[in-house]
Amino acid sequence: MMQFMLLFSRQGKLRLQKWYQAYPDKTKKKITRELIATILARKPKMCSFLEWKDLKVVYKRYASLYFCCAIEQDDNELLTLEVIHRYVELLDKYFGSVCELDIIFNFEKAYFMCDELLLGGEIQETSKKNVLKAIAAQDLLQEDETPQGLFEDHGLG
Amino acid sequence: MWGYQPEPGILPPEENRRFNAPFNMATIKQVINEAVERVRMPTPVRLRDLIRHIRAARTAAEERAVVNKECALIRACFREDDSLWRCRNLAKLLYIHMLGYPAHFGQLECLKLIASPRFTDKRIGYLGAMLLLDERQDVHLLITNSLKNDLNSTTQFVVGLALCTLGAIASPEMARDLASEIDRLARSPNAYIRKKAALCAFRVVRKVPESIEIFLPATRSLLTEKNHGVLITGVTLITEMCEKSPDTLAHFKKLVPNLVRILKNLILAGYSPEHDVSGVSDPFLQVKILRLLRILGRGDPETSEAMNDVLAQVATNTETTKNVGNTILYETVLSIMDIQSESGLRVLAINILGRFLLNNDKNIRYVALNTLLKTSAKDLSAVQRHRSTILECLKDPDVSIRRRAMELCVALVNHSNVRSMITELLLFVERSPEPEFKSVCSSHIMHCADKFSPDNKWRLETLLRVIVAAGNNVRDDVVSSTIQLISDSPRELQASITADFWRELCVDKIDRQPLVQVAMWSLGEYGDIMLYDSEFASKLTEEEILDVYQRMLWAPQNNIVTKQYALLSLVKLSTRFKSALQRINRMVEQFGSHLHIEMQQRGVEFTALFSQYDHLRPSLLERMPPIPNTKPKMDEMGGDSPEMESLVIDQVVEQQDSSNALLLLLGTSTAETAILPDTNINSIENNQDLLDLLGGLDGPSLNNVDIPKAPIHKPSMTVFEKDNLKINFEVEQTIDGGYEILMTAYNFSNNQTLDNFVLQAAVPKTFVLKMQPASSTQLPPTGEITQVISIKNPTNGVLRMRLRICYSVNGQTVTEQAEVNQFSPTS
Repeated sequence: MMQFMLLFSRQGKLRLQKWYQAYPDKTKKKITRELIATILARKPKMCSFLEWKDLKVVYKRYASLYFCCAIEQDDNELLTLEVIHRYVELLDKYFGSVCELDIIFNFEKAYFMCDELLLGGEIQETSKKNVLKAIAAQDLLQEDETPQGLFEDHGLG
Repeated sequence: MWGYQPEPGILPPEENRRFNAPFNMATIKQVINEAVERVRMPTPVRLRDLIRHIRAARTAAEERAVVNKECALIRACFREDDSLWRCRNLAKLLYIHMLGYPAHFGQLECLKLIASPRFTDKRIGYLGAMLLLDERQDVHLLITNSLKNDLNSTTQFVVGLALCTLGAIASPEMARDLASEIDRLARSPNAYIRKKAALCAFRVVRKVPESIEIFLPATRSLLTEKNHGVLITGVTLITEMCEKSPDTLAHFKKLVPNLVRILKNLILAGYSPEHDVSGVSDPFLQVKILRLLRILGRGDPETSEAMNDVLAQVATNTETTKNVGNTILYETVLSIMDIQSESGLRVLAINILGRFLLNNDKNIRYVALNTLLKTSAKDLSAVQRHRSTILECLKDPDVSIRRRAMELCVALVNHSNVRSMITELLLFVERSPEPEFKSVCSSHIMHCADKFSPDNKWRLETLLRVIVAAGNNVRDDVVSSTIQLISDSPRELQASITADFWRELCVDKIDRQPLVQVAMWSLGEYGDIMLYDSEFASKLTEEEILDVYQRMLWAPQNNIVTKQYALLSLVKLSTRFKSALQRINRMVEQFGSHLHIEMQQRGVEFTALFSQYDHLRPSLLERMPPIPNTKPKMDEMGGDSPEMESLVIDQVVEQQDSSNALLLLLGTSTAETAILPDTNINSIENNQDLLDLLGGLDGPSLNNVDIPKAPIHKPSMTVFEKDNLKINFEVEQTIDGGYEILMTAYNFSNNQTLDNFVLQAAVPKTFVLKMQPASSTQLPPTGEITQVISIKNPTNGVLRMRLRICYSVNGQTVTEQAEVNQFSPTS
């Protein structure tokens, strides 16, 4: 089971965090800080896996963003790379050639996407089409209930 | 529509497709109300605008100012219980939270949003709940109710949101409360809901293993499904159930043919665009099925037989040019190695790993090494064939790969390859910049040399090279073990190895305390043999040796322990060397005023040996008898001479700060007195000193002193007491540092019987735990159960123990835990 997933930039700024294991806030911050520092210090040619405490950390860099997942000892680290890749593909389809800015400004949508791909740290849907369909339907629901016109200042803006 | 581009202007009503005539009155009213609201209070800044503002901040202080101002506004809004902007405010707060600012004041707002009927509110509310709450929060009671409501919603996406949140933050209490709802949804005809419910069930089973029974019936239909989402979540759920309960595992063994069929279909089915990942059909599902097969086939020849074919098929048919294919192969190899598979299949698996080792992709190489390491325990000879490839990996620039390769190399050392392997490992120690690798690997080399060395000479030379290569990173056990080995060697070897150490000592290098320590010890003991009995005699003089001593004793880079080795060694040389007495005396005298109190004391004491107790000196400083190699291995300072003990004992305590070292010293000291009649005077004093010293020490060592003669105490301690159950330990320390524990469980109740009583114990990995069967598993009223626990302690670590106590009373299973950190039987 995936314990948590972090997205952060090359400058070490956290862009997204998804925790499937309960930790106190302080611990989360500490873990995040340590992992970001460790991963950024690694050279590009090194392998994508780290042993970190009793977890395996799998990370991969896409452009300026690092995607980093912590999994348990008997999980398949190569498969985790595929999960990360799948997530990136989905974001790419959704935003249309996604970039870091998309994820910064639409972080909630990136979370929604993650929640349709994974649940409780396990993969819930292996078809890209189904994930995107579910997201589109929910976006539509949201759009329909946001009254438009007159002021155009609704929703999250 | 919420892009960070400029917002489009207001469209006139006729062009706005959303503004149409039948637009109901309620909405119009709402819009007007909202307009009024807006006049009353300024509109909060939009989420994207806030993000833009924060990003525009040029300094951290500026960013903080923006965030603090916004947080104040958000708080004010929350306080006014403003429902119109709550959603937007929380979204902003979530962004602020990600930047690392406190956002706990948004927790209750999440709950309010979740309770709102609007989907947007719910979506953000649940997102906030997942980010701001975790299973430790008290707000959980409140959220459980909202979740229950939404799990019953008619909109599938609302149910989906609730399930997703539950999967992320469910606490055991929530899991218990909502298990039946989840079970209902896991049977839903809607695949979207069913797959989410299955994963929720997976989380519930993880948190509350008793709930397996609730979900057992629902799993039946999950595997007959066509939808891959439902299939994969079903397999995940079943895997978790099998791991949690052996009964369920047995129950699901009949599923193997189904799983095999699904897997076969996946491999053989043609291209399906929906689930294809670079030419492989649904690798996610394949991996999950392979993993479940592994768990089902483990240790069961019959079930394993049923999956042999399909595993072979996967292993041979999978495309290996991409990461996806290798992912599946990797999982297949794990399964093949773990189940009772055919030998041909195992060879195939190892060969796949061999191919992995040659792969260009570092990740693949890494998993290959990792898996070979796991496999090496079972099938060493097959792994041996890939030795040269593995040795290459020692040179990899990647730390993770090197660490794995090192561990694997150590596992591969045997009698026939020990020379070449150790040479490689020594090179590795020299090359690696990480101190951790140096110290771990040097200990590994020592153990390998210990186990497989062809002869003592080679072993000693290896130890010397390790100590030279690893410098200050050598662990103490290597020092003591080397000293022990030297003392136990024949005379010629002692002379030659001392000469070797002498040569290394003369090379000017820093960071080599262990080397200096061993060299000093050997010179002190065998300096005369080296000087007068070997070919060295002509080239070296006593004066030259003493010059080096002078340097070592005062060199600032040598630490106090090393200097103490040197000083004692120097004093020993006074009886070994022929003409250096005066100089040694002068050198020792200088320490009478040394700044370090220990050194000063030694200086004064040794000076006394040269003057008023001169007659005692020769017998006190006699050559050490061979130190017996007691198994379990003596680490730490175990190799020191009894004479040395009285002199350095407090230093040892200071240095290692563990009473274990002392235990060992005591062990050797008493042994030595028995062997050596002529050091009697000394050793009696010696023991007196030791006993005095022990006054200030804690329990375990005191107990150990008693061991040789005194009757053994068996004090009892209570390690667990709850309700009517009490568990006592009678701890007895064995001579080799291990423990014999007699566990007694008492039932104080007058009427209740505790059934199925099981005590499980866990100790740190360095210990070996063995539990005898308990006298009974039933604990009648006022009755008791006994059980013997023996613990071997090969590394002389500090014993800690964790206990799990399971029993059932009135049909209810009770599980308790306890921890024992103090095993000092007397106090």
